[in-house]
Amino acid sequence: MISEKEIWKILEEVKDPEVPVLSVIDLGIIRSVGVSNDKINIVVTPTYSGCPALDVINMDIRLKLIEKGYRDVSIQQQLSPAWTTDWMTEKGKQKLKAFGIAPPNPKQQFCKEEMFQQEVVQCPRCNSYHTELISQFGSTACKSIYSCLDCKETFDHFKCH
Amino acid sequence: MNTNLFIYTLHLADNALILAQRNAEWTGHGPVLEQDIAITNISLDLLGQARNLYQYAASLYNHFNKEEKTAVDQYIPHPWKEYNRELQEDDLAFLRTEHQFLNLLITELPKGDWAQSILRQFFFSAFQFYLYRQLQNNNDAQLAAIAEKSVKEVTYHLRWSSEWVIRLGDGTKESNHRINEALKDQWMFTGEMFQPVSYELIDVSLLKDDWMKKVEAVFSEATLEVPKQTWIQNGGKEGRHTEHLGYLLAEMQYLQRAYPNSVW
Repeated sequence: MISEKEIWKILEEVKDPEVPVLSVIDLGIIRSVGVSNDKINIVVTPTYSGCPALDVINMDIRLKLIEKGYRDVSIQQQLSPAWTTDWMTEKGKQKLKAFGIAPPNPKQQFCKEEMFQQEVVQCPRCNSYHTELISQFGSTACKSIYSCLDCKETFDHFKCH
Repeated sequence: MNTNLFIYTLHLADNALILAQRNAEWTGHGPVLEQDIAITNISLDLLGQARNLYQYAASLYNHFNKEEKTAVDQYIPHPWKEYNRELQEDDLAFLRTEHQFLNLLITELPKGDWAQSILRQFFFSAFQFYLYRQLQNNNDAQLAAIAEKSVKEVTYHLRWSSEWVIRLGDGTKESNHRINEALKDQWMFTGEMFQPVSYELIDVSLLKDDWMKKVEAVFSEATLEVPKQTWIQNGGKEGRHTEHLGYLLAEMQYLQRAYPNSVW
């Protein structure tokens, strides 16, 4: 029977459909992997409650394991502890930046309800910190939109959560 | 009692679903592209929260004994009873009638102009923020987990809507006029949030101080005055709604009613 280590390796091949450079492991959404009585159990935590990628991700995990010959798979959702961008791997953050998306800063003080806070976000293209927030909400639930005041490029920022 | 947990979960889910549906009316109609995307992102978060809550309510019901099922029968959608299968999240969202919905009246009010949608979002997000913050410590583990997850999303909603209330209130003569008109229309719908009903698992009246402090802080930046008026509209939490809810449901539920059990 397959080992847990091998399952983690297979999961590395399952990508986030909305940010295809990131694997589900880079994202930090796999909470646990287990094997018992020839059955594979995987526990996944959602990024955002309404993220439409979640159903696709669960299906992709199943399909990838079937492709490798494992049919008996149970995928469970776990809400607590709630997912945070601090669980994203360093490798994942580097891949995001190379893809043109500013990676999330460490959680720090920016996830609070106080108004008009300006988070320092580095431009993924020219590395300038001279950037400004365009909108707290972007093309997907997990992103906000920034603009670089030096290279003038507008870019997505994976917001801290 | 378990039946109260079921009804309360439905109430929380209905709040999120109805406001998600309302905000979704802005799709393609926002004042600028970024804000069109912002308010529909908020819709999506609320819809996700509603799904988690309806899934939980459905699983509670499916595990009920006969007596408990009878006790909550008035909330169960009639068409589902013919289906001979377990209750699912979609049945609760798409097959209940107006009187079975337990959402706050403020969530069903028409989207109005941008000032009206913004002000309603601010009032509601501030309420949800303090509510979820408390619910994440609830004895019921699943309700607490949903609240813990949701409060992170609501934090963004509250920040965004607070900033917009200030922008409109302390903006131009026109924007100030519009948000004051919205305030006149909506204030009487805010009291219902803090008026306890029998099935609630927490004492919502205790949330009012924090909520009011937030409103006062934002209003003072926005050059708006907290109305003195104390008359409140209520009934939504017990299934008595404004005429607006029926129209909303007619559109939202059309597909499942015309083509029962169809899937995406």
